[in-house]
Amino acid sequence: MNKKKNDGSGRTGWNRFIYNNNTVGYVFLAPFVIGFLCFTIIPMISSLYYSCTDYNMIDKETWIGIKNYINLFKDERFINSIKVTLEYVFFSVPLKLAFALFIAFLLTRPSKAVSFYRSLYYLPSLIGGSVAVALVWKELFARKGLINVNLGKLGIDAVNWFGNMSTAKWPIILMTVWQFGSSMLIFAAGLKEIPSSYYEAAKIDGANGWQSFWKITMPCLSPIILFNLIMQLISSFMVFTQAFVITGGGPNDATMYYALYVYKQGINNRNMGYASAMSWVMLVIMSVITLIVFKTSNHWVFNESES
Amino acid sequence: MKGRKVVSTVIYHIFIAALGLIMVYPVLWMVSGSLKNNAEILSGSLSLIPPAWRWENFAQGWRGFGHVTFTTYFKNSILITTFATLGTVISSSLIAYALSRVKFAGRKLWFTIMIGTMLLPGQVVMIPQYLIYNRIHWVGTPLPLIVPHFFGAPFFIYMMMQFMTSIPRELDEAAIIDGCSKYSVFSRVIFPLLKPSLISTIIIQFYWKWDDYMGPMLYLGKPTSYTVSIAVKLFADATSKTDYGPMFAMSTLSMIPVFTIFLVFNRYLVDGISTSGLKG
Repeated sequence: MNKKKNDGSGRTGWNRFIYNNNTVGYVFLAPFVIGFLCFTIIPMISSLYYSCTDYNMIDKETWIGIKNYINLFKDERFINSIKVTLEYVFFSVPLKLAFALFIAFLLTRPSKAVSFYRSLYYLPSLIGGSVAVALVWKELFARKGLINVNLGKLGIDAVNWFGNMSTAKWPIILMTVWQFGSSMLIFAAGLKEIPSSYYEAAKIDGANGWQSFWKITMPCLSPIILFNLIMQLISSFMVFTQAFVITGGGPNDATMYYALYVYKQGINNRNMGYASAMSWVMLVIMSVITLIVFKTSNHWVFNESES
Repeated sequence: MKGRKVVSTVIYHIFIAALGLIMVYPVLWMVSGSLKNNAEILSGSLSLIPPAWRWENFAQGWRGFGHVTFTTYFKNSILITTFATLGTVISSSLIAYALSRVKFAGRKLWFTIMIGTMLLPGQVVMIPQYLIYNRIHWVGTPLPLIVPHFFGAPFFIYMMMQFMTSIPRELDEAAIIDGCSKYSVFSRVIFPLLKPSLISTIIIQFYWKWDDYMGPMLYLGKPTSYTVSIAVKLFADATSKTDYGPMFAMSTLSMIPVFTIFLVFNRYLVDGISTSGLKG
């Protein structure tokens, strides 16, 4: 290209290029595109390869085909980890959402104290994921911990929470439900946006509070319930720190959740091929569950544009 | 009628406040435990007032482990959290702007990919990412805990996009008529108006990162690069019997940065979450 041309039309050509919507779009999107390739796609594809190998991160990997996947389905500890994870999700997510909605609903009252209360109820979510709180929980539910001592005062026998396969999950589920703050905030934002005219109209028609909750609040809130449900499902499947700090997966694998088992196999045992296969099986399970929730949501999520 | 209303208001406040107290009790118990000794903590007393204020727990806890004090741990945590939060806020707002305000070819596809990544649980990519970081020799450094945050976080991108739907498009158009380019619309119009959403992002990302245990445990090798969350856990791992007082003292201190951020920005938190775009 010669210089003269550049000074004239080249410059406007450059301007046209740089201010073009496609250029602007990809300039702003660039971080995501790069991050998606480097931190999601490349790792996932390469782990698909590793899942068909025997790899300990020191020696070179050896190709073993689908043997890892076959072993997975024979591995009772893996099957158990999926089972206890599903059980944990099944109890913790609905309880957490119900509680979040209940508190968000209570806090819609016009009162000066509401924002103070909201902060109060948000506090557990703010710090609940920390190791510090997990350690507190461990002591609260210890054999001679605060909970047992005070149950004793009420005449109830002490429960060996973390020593018993059937009780070990409950303190962890309780801890998850306790951190309902972010779901509550999202519900609160949603409740604020329901026009008060709906309620007034219902009142004129003679509806009581209970009726207007089920006929107005719930349908209007259903898209937000779906959003919270999906987000909480995903974060519940990732349960790790609490179980790692409090029970370490015990007793007898009763709280050996999926993420803990992957960690054990991959990082502790350096069984990276096997752990990669586990990641892919989990990806398939998660996708199926998310898809089911989205499919069924057509039946219960109220769509304003349709009516 | 009026009397009934007063009674119901009183019952309402008593109920909410009592429930709130139960909610924060474990935290208060930990704070009061930071001033008690082992026997007092394990006595099972519900009282939150320490019998004797044992401030020495803080000095003892701060000493840390094997010549590494909490000064180091705090410095590491602050560094990692600050950079990661900064990265998230900047990159996520850029990406959210592209996806919600610029009409470019492939926008729908990238939006779908972004939602797909949001729905991808972190533990599924834990091992694959570990292998990649291992290959490029990042394991043992804080890089895996910081660098990925400069490439956008789908959850926050989505949150900001929701918020942007509440900013009238007429503002963009007016700015363009006044001679702004699509670039300066972002820097002069959208970014300043996004403030509540940016602040929500700062709060949430800050405490996620500060509380994060799994990441630092996976990637930080040397005790001198440990974060506060790793260090607090070390109290419980001690081979001799656990010193609960110092452990709770350091646990309490570990929460102060999160509290501070929350108290300073609290009033923006609810404003920054908009659900208007979630509807049908």
